[in-house]
Amino acid sequence: MSPKGRPEGESTPKRVSAEGSSVSPKGRPDKFREPEGNPVTVRVQTADFDAGAEIARLRAGDARVGAVAAFIGTVRDVNDDASVARLTLEHYPGMTEKSLEAIVGEAKQRFDVYEVLVIHRVGDLGPTDQIVLVAVTSAHRGDAFDACRFVMDYLKTRAPFWKKERTPEGERWVEARATDDEAAARW
Amino acid sequence: MRDQTPVTVRIVYLARLREAFATAGESLALPAGSEATVAAVLDALRRRGGPFAVELAPGRAVRVAINHAMASAADAIRDGDEVALFPPVTGG
Repeated sequence: MSPKGRPEGESTPKRVSAEGSSVSPKGRPDKFREPEGNPVTVRVQTADFDAGAEIARLRAGDARVGAVAAFIGTVRDVNDDASVARLTLEHYPGMTEKSLEAIVGEAKQRFDVYEVLVIHRVGDLGPTDQIVLVAVTSAHRGDAFDACRFVMDYLKTRAPFWKKERTPEGERWVEARATDDEAAARW
Repeated sequence: MRDQTPVTVRIVYLARLREAFATAGESLALPAGSEATVAAVLDALRRRGGPFAVELAPGRAVRVAINHAMASAADAIRDGDEVALFPPVTGG
């Protein structure tokens, strides 16, 4: 899961030719172009997030953007036929951030997108609480939708988070689903 | 090409495995003469029996990361590595 990229021959050619230049194709300076290096586009936090504010910040002043796709995962009150009172999300500090950054990097390689943001909460959550936000900006909807879905599908099988549910019968660790592996394998 | 230098790694247990083993981690010295691989670590832990034999039994879905990168059974480990064992992930 190195962010350095994949071996040659395996990678999909990146189609964003303007990336890396300081002036957009239309000649305007790109005010919010990413700095060289590794921008912070992933956050792991206990606090809730404001998706509207995050998306506004993500696309602020960036007139290249014609499409924003976002996904929000929330806590259901029923899972596998049991009612869920609370949910505890555990993660592996250090690896979590690295794996999310690698997934974001992979999305930027594969799709014609400008910015990708991932916020994932950890700790104690209850039904209706927000768990995860993925937001993508692009020139067009196709790449925005695809990149958003790709990031979620990869996150579900590669990022080290674990859910523990509190149900009337007691606590239980959520089991991984084969359908999640299938979803990730499509890409 | 077998290296006789002792290999000691930091093991980290997460989620269900941390609870089953009642510890978040430990230092593990691989037995002399064994190959320094993920498989050797799992074998050494299984031989303890009890919850280790149950949770790490062949066929149980256990994921391994070396120094925060996903690894597989044949991957080599080096002295001082952090080797994390955990169940398949369930975030998102």
